[in-house]
Amino acid sequence: MRLIAQSLTGPAGGPFDFSLNAGEAMAITGPSGAGKSVLLRMIADLDPHGGDVMLDGVERAAFTAPDWRRRVAYLAAEPGWWHDETAAHFPDRARAVALMPSLALDAALLDQPVHRLSTGERMRLALIRTLLNDPPVLLLDEPTGALDPRATGLVEAILSERLRAGSALLIVTHDMEQAARLGARRYHLEAGRLTPQ
Amino acid sequence: MSPILLTQTDLIIASSVVVLDAVVSVWLGLRLHKQVLVAAVRCAVQLTLVGYILRYVFAIDTPALTLGLILVMVAIAGREVAARPEKKLARYGNQIAGLSAVALATFVTATFALATALRPHPWYTARYAIPLAGIMLGNALNAASLSLDALLSGVMRERSAIEAQLALGVRFRDATKPLIRAAVRRGILPIINVMSAAGIVTLPGIMTGQILAGLSPIEAVKYQILLMFLLAGATGIAAVGAAYFAMARLTDGRERLRVDQLRSS
Repeated sequence: MRLIAQSLTGPAGGPFDFSLNAGEAMAITGPSGAGKSVLLRMIADLDPHGGDVMLDGVERAAFTAPDWRRRVAYLAAEPGWWHDETAAHFPDRARAVALMPSLALDAALLDQPVHRLSTGERMRLALIRTLLNDPPVLLLDEPTGALDPRATGLVEAILSERLRAGSALLIVTHDMEQAARLGARRYHLEAGRLTPQ
Repeated sequence: MSPILLTQTDLIIASSVVVLDAVVSVWLGLRLHKQVLVAAVRCAVQLTLVGYILRYVFAIDTPALTLGLILVMVAIAGREVAARPEKKLARYGNQIAGLSAVALATFVTATFALATALRPHPWYTARYAIPLAGIMLGNALNAASLSLDALLSGVMRERSAIEAQLALGVRFRDATKPLIRAAVRRGILPIINVMSAAGIVTLPGIMTGQILAGLSPIEAVKYQILLMFLLAGATGIAAVGAAYFAMARLTDGRERLRVDQLRSS
């Protein structure tokens, strides 16, 4: 098993128990405020909570927090930026530039200040930022929420590619068809309970 | 030259200009006359009281009493630092950060000065230790409260930027470094302004007081420079201390950003 979550409990409810194989995807739907983001944040160890998570059979406690988050990578629905210049967020510019065309992004965007980028451009760049760490587990919070159908298709293509390469994916989405396109198991989160669909 | 000693009559005459402020307030409808008068009375009463307390403490001059008085001053300063920011840390975090910062800054710089430049015998003589600790405290208080306020208000503003970095595996201390820097800068800037303007824009109060009290200007200036340097040191320690002590309360063993530790007052 790539990822095992055991009796996760927190403000989102719980206990949540589920597991993901390498190359497997899981899509979570649910009303806003149900705690979908909180669930992802618990797995990434960004909020205090009960329960445990294992990565490839190794307990989370065996990893330092930064090491864990580099491997079990959470991407927020509205990711933050910490420099004015876009390029400063990409220490390995060459690898970022190599990924950009596959998401229909012009490499020149890296030389724009962050505040000039559109919401969709920021979302895709933040996804690239996360993918550059090559995380074995991806926790994505509505990664295509701000994207048009074409860009959504490109993101799904990249995610499918990562799945084929062995990553596990946990995605929060409102789009049932997206879950189908990614071949994801579907779950519904409401009132603190996660139910298979 | 011996100092010109002031009498009560001198002070009563001087108080007439405070009354002038009150008259201006009535005349312009500022509604400040009551506040001006109350503040002036408080100032006179508090300082007179302090004068008598200091005379008593200086006369007795026991280390325990000196230390006790300084600790009371430190506690009051720490409380002031804690109260200033709009945001408060849970579990008395503001109080602990404020108190630790001003205590550290004051003890380090005051002891340093007593051990090197001033060297009274014994080094803890109340007459030197108490005023020195007092002036260090005043400035440490200022620096620590500015720094703490900048840090606590910045943390909510920068939350998504910090968490984006944490989610990418950046260490907490690296993700929050810009915030620490901004807070320390806020705390230290005022003393830089004061030092660079000293003598040109303003004649510092201590120096002015000493000159009026009969000390030669050159000697007074030397004292002022010594104090400015010490204050710069105290300010730096207090600003850094407040920022780091507070930041330590905003994280945990798993390097999370614990904004749940922060409340709006």
